[in-house]
Amino acid sequence: MLSRRLIPCLDVRDGRVVKGVRFRDHVDMGDIVDLALRYRDAGADELVFYDIGASPEGRSVDYGWVERVSRLLDIPFCVAGGIRDVATARAVLHAGADKISINTPALERPALITELAQAFGVQCVVVGIDSVREADGQWRVRQYTGDPDKTRALTMRTLDWVVEAQERGAGEIVLNCMDSDGVRRGYDIEQLRQARALCRVPLVASGGAGEAVHFAEVFRQADVDGALAASVFHSGAIAIPELKQFLAAQAIEVRDGL
Amino acid sequence: MQVALIDAGGANIGSVRYALQRLGVEAELTTDAECIRAADRVILPGVSTAAMVMDGLRQRGLVEVLRTLRTPLLGVCVGMQLLFEHSEEDQTDCLGLLPGIVRKLPLAAGIRVPHMGWNGLARRRDASLIVGIGEGAHAYFVHSYAAPVSDDCLMSCEHGLAFAAVVQRGNVAGAQFHPERSADIGARLLNNFLETGLA
Repeated sequence: MLSRRLIPCLDVRDGRVVKGVRFRDHVDMGDIVDLALRYRDAGADELVFYDIGASPEGRSVDYGWVERVSRLLDIPFCVAGGIRDVATARAVLHAGADKISINTPALERPALITELAQAFGVQCVVVGIDSVREADGQWRVRQYTGDPDKTRALTMRTLDWVVEAQERGAGEIVLNCMDSDGVRRGYDIEQLRQARALCRVPLVASGGAGEAVHFAEVFRQADVDGALAASVFHSGAIAIPELKQFLAAQAIEVRDGL
Repeated sequence: MQVALIDAGGANIGSVRYALQRLGVEAELTTDAECIRAADRVILPGVSTAAMVMDGLRQRGLVEVLRTLRTPLLGVCVGMQLLFEHSEEDQTDCLGLLPGIVRKLPLAAGIRVPHMGWNGLARRRDASLIVGIGEGAHAYFVHSYAAPVSDDCLMSCEHGLAFAAVVQRGNVAGAQFHPERSADIGARLLNNFLETGLA
């Protein structure tokens, strides 16, 4: 049976891993390759690197570190940040990334999803969605979330974008529920359940993990394929081997191969 | 040992090459027929679509080279799918080194396509290629199309239906999962391929 994936997310800025609370106030967490290998050894199933400065600053990721990570890492990893065209995506994949994730650029120009899917196959193309619940009770997408001063609210409803992104060729969707991000009160089960109902491709939950039980809840109640988290892993609040034991004890399928 | 890594335009060439480096082998990235014929081991990677990799092989004049190769050949992911007769992906005629048709994985309740993530392997028969890879070992898969479980299947996997995860017939072998991203299990498969050459 396919295992549920535990995915540490490493926000990258200026070649270092950083972490903020609700996307603000970034603190240095360490060297990219050191952290990547630490998570590999702990049994992480996959890693995501978000170059959070790339989109707001109008530049794409620097491939040097992608190649350094790929040389040493033997688990899959995905790279996000300022990938705006097929040529850039190709360079990132050639540097060794397994998947590319697009967020702001897909909202700027949705045809990019299709272009990438045609060039590399849908399995390489992840669409990241930053979502906020607004006063009218609707979830809507946000753009340029790497920099709070540049973040923009769009009229696009999150659930409509989940459907459109798949139609255009997304092979996986990472739904980042910004209201929950960094506050460790659990994943946004209600939003993820609604997204799951519309999502035929793998769905990864992001934002809100604080305790082991939150992972069990999101796998059970929202039936997501993977759960992404940053601060609880970086701080050591949750250790991946213990988390996997906890999930396995509740009959949630996880990879043991340590 | 000379290892030829075929550059047919797929995008995971870098990561396969690094995986081989971690095993102490410097593979030659090549599209040259002579270099491929002269190598001790040949690897056909491919993250892309079946049609695009086949077109790449055709443009570089490598289809016949691969069909007549006598040295051990390992296809990875789409590279494995191309070993079969035909792929439903863009209705692509493939190399035909193994009998069978590669079909799209069917959607079903709780079954998402692409099949993405770590899944358990089931052993079908013994072979040097899978020595040390136990029943239930997890490997990393990312694909939407899959080859059937036939007599050539060494290990199978299940996602909605059973499909071939590792295949071999004579000097031709393939892995549907990504050995370069399957941690110790993947390294073991690559190392078996390099050391025993499917013997």
